[in-house]
Formats: sequence, C-alpha cells, structure tokens
Amino acid sequence: MQPQPKVLTVLIILSIVLFFGALGMVFLYAPLEAVMNYVQKIFYFHISNAWVGMLGFIVAAVTGTVYLVTKDLKWDIVELAAVEISLVFFFIAIVSGSIWAKPSWGTWWTWDARLTTAAILEMIYLACLLLRQGIEDPERRARFSAVYTLVGALSVPITFLSIRIWQTIHPAVIGAGSSGALGSFGMTPPMLNTMFFCLITFSVIFVTLLWYRIRLGQLAEQVAQLKIETLQ
Amino acid sequence: MIAYAISIKYMVTGYAVIFIVLALYLASLFVRWKNLKRDLRILN
Repeated sequence: MQPQPKVLTVLIILSIVLFFGALGMVFLYAPLEAVMNYVQKIFYFHISNAWVGMLGFIVAAVTGTVYLVTKDLKWDIVELAAVEISLVFFFIAIVSGSIWAKPSWGTWWTWDARLTTAAILEMIYLACLLLRQGIEDPERRARFSAVYTLVGALSVPITFLSIRIWQTIHPAVIGAGSSGALGSFGMTPPMLNTMFFCLITFSVIFVTLLWYRIRLGQLAEQVAQLKIETLQ
Repeated sequence: MIAYAISIKYMVTGYAVIFIVLALYLASLFVRWKNLKRDLRILN
C-alpha cells in the first residue's frame, strides 16, 4: 500500500477547516428564520447531506458503468466506496429532516412523496450492500453491483423531482414546490450564502472520504489476496 | 411561530445526531484501516 498522498492530507485538513467554517456560517452568520427560528438551522446540513448522498449514488452508477465497460475491478472498489458513504450521508439527511419535521409539521414522519421516495432510495442502496455480501466471486459481485447501482440510480431523479411532480408537504428550496408545502421560508442572501458554503463543504468532505474509502478498499483487496496466497 | 425553547431543543437534537452518525462512520473507517494494517503485517 502506497503512503498517503499529500493531496489527500491537504483535502483532510481542508475538510476539517471547511466543516468548522460551515458551522460558523450556520450559527454566527445566517440569520434566524422568523417562524421556525433555531430549528431552521438544521436545514443547512440537512440539504448538504442529501446533496452528497445523491451525488454519491450517481457516482456509483457512473463507476458501475465504467466497470461494465472495462471489467476492471478497481472501479468496483470506487463504486462500493461511493455507495457506502452516500448511505451514511443520506441517512443523516433523512433523520435530520425528521427532527426538523416534528416542530414544523407536527410529526416525525409522514408517508408523503418526498419522504417515501427518500426512504426507498436509502433502502435500495442498503440492499445493494447486503446482497453483495452473498456473492463470493469478485467478478460476479462487481457485475451484479454495477447493474444494480445503474438501475437504482433511476430513483435519484425520482426522489429529487418528487416535490415537483406530486402533492407534498416537503418544501422546495429551488423553484416552486407543491402548493401544500409546509415549512417553506424566504431565503435571504446570508441564508443563501450559508447554504452554498455548506454544499461546497460537504462536497469536499465527500471527495475526501471517497478517496480514503477507496484506499481502504484497495488495502482490503491486498489483504484478501495475501490470505488466498497463504492458504494455497 | 415555534417557541424558542422547543426550537432550540430540536436544533440541538438534529446537530447531535449529525455529529454522532458522522463520528461513528469516521471511527468505523479508522478501525477497519487499523485492522487491515495489522492483518497485512501478520501476513507479510
């Protein structure tokens, strides 16, 4: 295993600095929203986690496609890394959204279009990780996973567009949402700046974690190969 | 308007969950890395 690249070290430091910068923007710069006040501050991290979650699922679909074309197992490692990290971020988005929903909507959860499609999206990729465990042959596993993530990626635009397609109580941040949306608020310039800063921050964190997780996958592969050689 | 006390309570809960889940994931990455390094040393 090669030593940690300097660029990765820089990315780790940048991620930490940006993370604390984002916290500073959320708590010291962004103004209080008039109706929801403090609980609205969950919004900045909620949307950033949802963004990188969906981004990772798309990355998984792209790398899965590259694997199907090249048959190079290194793309399976990238795909697995993207799925795993996205599952964590998207889980945070769902749970933080639920916590925000309780005081805003009066309930932790409701089976409305956005929440349902988000839950299905999370379960699709969770199932992918679980099903992979049942396949021993690395090439069959990679092929299955590539096709699965490619088909699963269809649920990403469905989840993103759900608040524009169906009647839902989930507010839309960009563009007009459903007329029945609850918890909408007007974004002031400082709120917009904070939101974009958080989106950039979490994108950098995603790239950093993805790189680290890919290295972990490569190390696991190396160990698995050595184990096979030792047993033979 | 949501009362300040209630609003703060949910905000703190939300951020606590975010930090805890992220910290657990980072810890899992660290532990897996350490274990694999140990396995590699043994196998070599």
